[in-house]
Amino acid sequence: MTVQGWAQIILYMVLLVALGYPLGMYMARVYSGERVLLSRVFGPFERLALSAFGQSERRGQDWKHYARSLILFSLAGWLLLYIVLRTASIQPWSSYAGVQFHAAPWDVTFNTTSSFLTNTNWQYYGGETTLTYFSQMVGLTVQNFASAAVGIVVAIALIRGLVQRSGKSLGNFYEDLVRTVLYVLLPIAFIAALVLASQGVLANISHYLNVTGPTGLSQTIAQGPVAGQEAIKELGTNGGGFFNVNAAHPFENPNGFTNFFEMLLTLVIPVGLVFTYGKMVGSRRQGWAIFATMGILFFAGVCVAYAAEAHGSPAQHAAGLHTAVISGSTGGNLEGKEQRFGIAGSALFDVVTTVTSCGAVNSAIESYTGLGGAIPFANLSASEVIFGGVGTGLYSMLLYVLLAVFIGGLMVGRTPELLGKKVEAREIKLVALGILITPLAALLSTALAVASKAGRASISTAATGPQGFSESLYAYLSQANNNGSAFAGYTGFHQPNPGNLGSAGVALADLVGGFTMLFARYAPILFALAVAGSLAGKRVSPVGLGTMRTDNPTFVILLLGVIVLVGALTFFPALLLGPLVQALTPHLY
Amino acid sequence: MSLGRDIRAAIVAIVVFTVAFGLGYPLLVVGVSQVLFPGAANGSQVKVAGKVVGSSLIGQNFADVVYKNGKPVMMNGEPVTTPDPRYFQSRPSATVPPYNAAASTFSNLGPNNTATETEISGNVQTYLGLNKAPSGRLYDPAVRTAAEVPVDAANSSASGLDPDISVANAKIQAYRLAAVRGLSLAKVDSLISTYTTGRSLGFFGEPGVNVLQLNLALNRLSGGH
Repeated sequence: MTVQGWAQIILYMVLLVALGYPLGMYMARVYSGERVLLSRVFGPFERLALSAFGQSERRGQDWKHYARSLILFSLAGWLLLYIVLRTASIQPWSSYAGVQFHAAPWDVTFNTTSSFLTNTNWQYYGGETTLTYFSQMVGLTVQNFASAAVGIVVAIALIRGLVQRSGKSLGNFYEDLVRTVLYVLLPIAFIAALVLASQGVLANISHYLNVTGPTGLSQTIAQGPVAGQEAIKELGTNGGGFFNVNAAHPFENPNGFTNFFEMLLTLVIPVGLVFTYGKMVGSRRQGWAIFATMGILFFAGVCVAYAAEAHGSPAQHAAGLHTAVISGSTGGNLEGKEQRFGIAGSALFDVVTTVTSCGAVNSAIESYTGLGGAIPFANLSASEVIFGGVGTGLYSMLLYVLLAVFIGGLMVGRTPELLGKKVEAREIKLVALGILITPLAALLSTALAVASKAGRASISTAATGPQGFSESLYAYLSQANNNGSAFAGYTGFHQPNPGNLGSAGVALADLVGGFTMLFARYAPILFALAVAGSLAGKRVSPVGLGTMRTDNPTFVILLLGVIVLVGALTFFPALLLGPLVQALTPHLY
Repeated sequence: MSLGRDIRAAIVAIVVFTVAFGLGYPLLVVGVSQVLFPGAANGSQVKVAGKVVGSSLIGQNFADVVYKNGKPVMMNGEPVTTPDPRYFQSRPSATVPPYNAAASTFSNLGPNNTATETEISGNVQTYLGLNKAPSGRLYDPAVRTAAEVPVDAANSSASGLDPDISVANAKIQAYRLAAVRGLSLAKVDSLISTYTTGRSLGFFGEPGVNVLQLNLALNRLSGGH
């Protein structure tokens, strides 16, 4: 570990708050329907879009109607994306460097479509060998915006349910959706895309480049409209790489600055939304309490991952390498890591991407040490509530807040209340179901995948011993949490040639993964909206001496305890079989 | 509101989203970038005598094709290559063939796997082999065992296309380059510092040496292939 490494990590935390706080205040204004600076520019587009969708009256929707609009919009998006991806061979720009691109098989496409709809961006394919520019733009980039916006509006609807004192309205789904993309996602993504393009991220629609190097060897260099997708992929915590190696590719992430910039993009909205929550419920301290809880878990993860990776791996030590810092080299476990990011820049990115539902990677998670790799596992096991994905993080965290309030209420013998609203049997049942869906989906699909021969076919040949189990568990944990990062040796797609000629899917992995993503995305959304509907219109009781406060350090500790306990009780046995056993032994398998 | 109206809203919305964010947004980014940053947006191409020889952001395999009886030796449909000692060598790459910039990939080797140790040991042997002159003399006398090999020279990169090596790695290879090309070690070392990319803005990331640019500079100094 180095001083510069730690300095980068500390600066990151500081900048995150410095940028997230004002963004959060801004978003609170956007969702309160106030005019903002950008209303001048985008106001006409907003009105035009809403009238085209038949929503000019911006009529408030109760939770069922809000949910129905969301589901129908997602269903339409699913169908369109599937069609786009399956028609690769007749698209414009469908041949590069003499290779004609075809569609991936139906099962892989099912997985990919479900993946991008649910903000997961799990990828069994490699972008540059599988997808046309048209599919990347017209298919994937669209859902990078749409799925991010859907996550955010659910969090906003839940906040409205918490503060709504009369009536059952959670707002209008389409108004929230349009305001999200126009006033939050689009402006930030556009500027970020240009910043990235100025640093060397590709922004062209040219043919792949053929060059001959100094020794006479030829090299084909992939091209494409990368910058736009890169920006929204980080900002919307989508995480789907334009290229197979995602943000490790120099054309997605060319230097130390872009690496830092992309990490800020990833967490700025999740952090901002926490402050939006505080502002909208009328007590910024509520936001700070949640921020503190998330921040503590986040920083702890970064410290462990950095220390573990700087120490090096058993395989390195067995081969006789020295992994200490020496003059001119960071040392550490550099397998699957890029020189320009080093250990600190890789470990921090790794934690950023697994606490959110982003899942973009700048290093190979599969090659992390046992302990360093246990951090992404732990982050996923906490169901993405440590900042989490855009929107999803906040609404999942609010479910945990309700659970903590309930448990706290039982402990002191008071009726549990959040922000003056009584949390009753109906709400707590919905909360419990919402919290348990994701672990249930992850564990059931993992069990299916490791217990069946068809499932084990996806494990890579080099992943012997506990590594094979880790690969499988990570695959379904990641897909259930709509994260999308991977122990990338795990495969659901065999592709003998670039362009998909003769390629085949691994049906079990593709289908189980696809259904897991859909189920673990939409079921919690429905439960969160149902909780919002149930809380909306409840009477607010005045704060008294006996009220359990939810904005002080005691509550932060209680909340931390609940999150860690639920995660540990659910996942500890499974984690023991994979990353923990690898962390505890220098033995090679 | 009726279900029919909701379905219509969903269909119109996804079509509008597709036009705005699938065509409008990405093509606008491409257009503006092409005007403002044409070099960066088109892959940071490096030219020698007007011909593109690579990208400064994408690493290359500085190797020669192995010939037997006048024909290239093939393995798994790819020509077998051997590192060219006249050039600085890039990091190990897991792509097929190495530094295939049209199909990036991780090695995905686990921390506790024997396959990983085998891979690392192979890379170490190659590296130590290059440090040995045909006469058996060590170019860099301090580098004899795995313990002296910098980790970036033994571990494959994430992308398989890493354009950089560590400064420690470059300084070791400098001994070989100086001897093979008949240059002074000080001259090669000064080239290394010229092509060392520092931390971005002096702070972010880690320093590295850009191998393609360094090798091209050597060619300018003492002739090409």
